[in-house]
Parts: sequence; C-alpha cells; structure tokens
Amino acid sequence: MSEDEVFDAEEVYARASWKKTLFTLVLFVAVALLAVFAISMGAASLGMGESFRVVLAQFMPTEEVSTFAQVVVLQLRLPRILMAVITGISLGVAGAAMQGVLRNPLVSPYTLGLSSGAACGAAIAIVLGVGVLGPGRYIIAINAFLFSLLTMAIVYGISRMKGTSIETLILAGVAMGYLFSAVISLLKYVSGHEELREVVFWLMGGLYTSRWENVIILIPTVLILTTILMRYSWDLNAMSAGEEVASSLGINVNRVRLTCLTLATILTASVIAFTGVIGFIGLVSPHVCRLLIGSDHRYLIPCSGLIGALLLLASDTACRTMISPTEIPVGILTSFIGVPFFLYLLVRRKRRWWQ
Amino acid sequence: MVAVKLKVSDLNFGYNGKTILDGISLEIEKGDIVSLVGPNGAGKSTLIKCIDRILKPQRGTVYIDGNEAAQLSSKDFSKMVGYVPQSTTEVFPYTVFDIVLMGRRPHIGWRVTRNDVKIVSRTLKFMGIEEFASRYFDELSGGEKQKIAMARALAQEPEVLLLDEPTSNLDIKHQLEVMNIVKKLVWERKISAVMAMHDLNLASRFSDSIVMLKDKKVFKVGDPKSILISENIERVYGVRAEVIKDSKGMPYIMPIEPV
Repeated sequence: MSEDEVFDAEEVYARASWKKTLFTLVLFVAVALLAVFAISMGAASLGMGESFRVVLAQFMPTEEVSTFAQVVVLQLRLPRILMAVITGISLGVAGAAMQGVLRNPLVSPYTLGLSSGAACGAAIAIVLGVGVLGPGRYIIAINAFLFSLLTMAIVYGISRMKGTSIETLILAGVAMGYLFSAVISLLKYVSGHEELREVVFWLMGGLYTSRWENVIILIPTVLILTTILMRYSWDLNAMSAGEEVASSLGINVNRVRLTCLTLATILTASVIAFTGVIGFIGLVSPHVCRLLIGSDHRYLIPCSGLIGALLLLASDTACRTMISPTEIPVGILTSFIGVPFFLYLLVRRKRRWWQ
Repeated sequence: MVAVKLKVSDLNFGYNGKTILDGISLEIEKGDIVSLVGPNGAGKSTLIKCIDRILKPQRGTVYIDGNEAAQLSSKDFSKMVGYVPQSTTEVFPYTVFDIVLMGRRPHIGWRVTRNDVKIVSRTLKFMGIEEFASRYFDELSGGEKQKIAMARALAQEPEVLLLDEPTSNLDIKHQLEVMNIVKKLVWERKISAVMAMHDLNLASRFSDSIVMLKDKKVFKVGDPKSILISENIERVYGVRAEVIKDSKGMPYIMPIEPV
C-alpha cells in the first residue's frame, strides 16, 4: 500500500484504468520494437541498416538493394516474424478466453486436447496421405485444422450429456488428448523413416515454414476473431463469479460458453494448422497478464495476445539465431524461456508492482 | 398502500424425476423483507433460484409488477432483480471495484460510462466498503466478501433483491451488519427483499413476513409473531422449542430438543 492511497473509489478506478491502458500500449510498442530488431537478426549477415533499406525500398524505388538481401528480408524474415506475432496473439487470446469461460487456470488449447487433435490430423495426412478434403498442397494444415474443431465438438458434446458441466468438459478434453496421442504413437510406429521425421517435426512445432500466403490468410482471421472475443469481455468477467451470478446478471451462460469456446478453438486451430504444436504460450500468457494487471477481460484479452506475441517472437528469434545456420524448434525454447519466467512470477506473486 | 411487487404462482421444480418444489404460490409486497425458512432440503435456495430464472421451473409463473417474468428479456429481467449467492468464490484476481462494476453488466454495452462508475462508487460508500475499492477480492474476509457480493447486486439497481442465506457463513457482528444493510436498503430505496434464512432469530427480528416451507410446499405465511410459534417449529423442523419475547416483543426461539 502506498502512502498516497486514495479512498475515492472513482479516482481509484480511473487510475487503474489508465495504468492498464498504458500497459497495453507499452506491450504493443515492445512487440513492434522486437519485430524491428528481429528483422535484422539471422543467419545471413545483414545488419539493421541494410534490412531497413530493403523494407524502405518497397515504398521508395530509389533505394538500391541487392536481390539477396531482398529475398532474405522479404521472403524469409518478414513473413516469419509476422507469423510469430500472429501465432503468439492467437494462442494468448485463445488461452485467456478459454480460461475465463471455463473458470479454470489450467485450461489451454493443449489441455483441452485441441493441440493433440490437430497433431493427430496432421499425422494422418503425413503418414497415410489421407486428407479430409482430399489430397492437395494444404492437406496437412486442413487436416490439422479440422481435427482440432472435431476435438472441441466431441469434448463439448460429451459435456452436454452431463448438463454442460465445466469439470466434465475439461476432463473430456484431457481424455481426448490422450486418445489422440495414442493414435499419433501408433502412426509413428507404423510410419516410414521420412514420414516419422516429418511427424516429429510437426509435433515440436516451428515457424520455419512461414510464408506470405499463410500470413495473409491469418492476419484478418486472427484480428476478426480477437475483436469478437473482446466484445464478450463483460460476459467473461461476470462468468468468473460463477454461473449463477452470471445468469442473474442477464447472461445466457451456455450460449456465451459455446460461442467463446468455438471462437477460441477456430483461433487456435487456424494457427497451429500451419505451425504445429506450440505449447505453453496459451497457458502462460493469460497468467502473466493477470499477475500484472488483474483479470478484467477488457484488458486481459488484448494484453494476453501481446504477451503471447512477445514470448513467441523472442523465442523464435533466439531459435533461428543461437546456433545458426541450423535452428532449434521453437516449441522447445518457448518452454525454456516461459517456464522459469512463469515460476518466477508465481513465487513472487507481486501483481501490483505497477501501482 | 399495498402493492404486490412479486408474485409466484403454482411453481413446480424438480430434476432427475425428483420434486424439489411442489405448487409454491406466494406474494411479496413492495418494500417488504420476506424470509423463507424451513429445514435443509425444504427448497429455500431452489425457490430463490427459480424466482431469479437461474433455474427453470417445470411449471408455474413468476410475475413482477404484474408482468410475467419469463416474457422479459434476460437483460431487462436482470435490471429488476438482483441476486446474492450464499458464498462467492473468484478463481481469478479481481479488484473489489471491478467485481461491483460487474453488477452494471445489464446496463452497459462495452464502454463504462461515468454514471456507471458513480453508481459503483456510491454503492461502495453505501455499504461502507469504499476503502476496499482497489483491494483484491481474495484478500478479504468472509464478511467483507458477502458485502461485496451484495454491493454487486445493488449496482444492478434492482427493485427486488434475492439473498440466498446471506448470514450463514458470518460471525455475529457481520450478520447484524448485513441484515442492517438489507433493512436500510429496503427502507431507503423502497425495494423488496427475499431471503432464504437458516437463523430463525435473525429472520424474526428483520422480516416483515415469514414464509415457512415444509416438504416442498408452503406450510404457513404471515408476520413473524404469528408464524414463529412452538407448534409450527415442531411440525416443520421436528424440534421442540421454547419461544420467548425479546425486548421489542419479537419472538426469540430457543431450540430444546429434537422430537
């Protein structure tokens, strides 16, 4: 408690709101700065100056840049950085929404079986060459996406049979996760050498396949879904006090739950379909935010997304530069960086450092 | 002037083939404090939840100001009826202000207006918990939490306040504080309050009217003096009790032994 504590509730609220807004802006700037830094990092020795000239040259044709620099910056680094940011935002936002709507701090796309579902779909495409929508260039991504949605449909369906209880839903998710893992193990066991390698890579997750065409589909998808989820902030806030209170505040609890879970699932599925399983971001980003700014979903959802972007971009940049010219799968590093940071926050538990 | 604020007519509720409430009918007048009393399992809390549309009764109608409650949108209904649960748990960290602000949910879109902030601030002041505004909910005591849950319901600006055993987890000081707030509120804002109550003596002191529930049905309705008598208590609770008068002439119940 600081000395100048005010007991005027209106002022307390105004001050807290302003600080949360400021925090959101700071995160936004941090993501932008990190992205700028990341453009100049990589195996090819292009400094910050040259990287920027490439970007500038797109708008000012007078700038002279080499074709090599252009390819590296525009075709390799930029789409990958954008992909890291979008994926981080998606996982952070989806994690915050899922935890809020299910009132459970352990929920994430991973615990609800979505990641395992996606991985199973991908493994079927890789090993058996079977796609839900037939063969084609995007067979793996489409399979992963649809299996993810299918998982949520099954999990929600099971919980419906028991009166939509949250506990049933989470346990059904965990159980489905195990089932899909078993299927993946089976597929790995029967697969040939090349396929096995590909499945293992997919399971570790990574952004090395980032391409402009994916980024261009994902940017509007993620922005639209995040905006819609943010419109449910008040309902999520009220639901964290329990179903009865939420319902007495005029909220149709079951409808909000189904809507938010569906949106969060599509959000998660559309990114992990391209990146593979990237764990931990969806779980940890909302917690980091709650420890720092509290649980008001109006701020929590965007901040959790930005923290996710920050974590993933930092991890991915480290992954592709630490032991260049080779790289580490980003899923490994997100856990290496994220877990100690998370544990540190958890133990310190000083969530009002900003007051 | 007598005006019926809330009317429950022939309400039935059950689940899994088990009846919980069987043909409940009652009327609650404007500006009254009504206590629902009865043994465990008599359906007090269930009735509160059915009135607030948290549970959907199989049969029967709830009227508010003569209009069928089920015809109102859930948002409009929540502007008229506030609910205070028996206990509140928050899984995630929220400040007291944020929690009370949730009570404005039926009134606001996405943006919080100055008016909303004012109402929350005024409610905190009314409850005497203004200094908790920036504290986190999970740091507070049971009595303080109960006041905050009440403040949230008050921020809804309801005309009927439903309370599910508002004093059952509180020490005697907080019990009296909470009951005094209910009384002051009903008096100042001319609203009605319906409470599920375990403590017959608090019900006696603070209620205008007592509804006694027994075996899923309404057993007796009336003012505390006529309802809280040894004979009724023995029949409803299966307890022999001595009823004496307190200094204000209200019944005071001393349970003696189960019969």
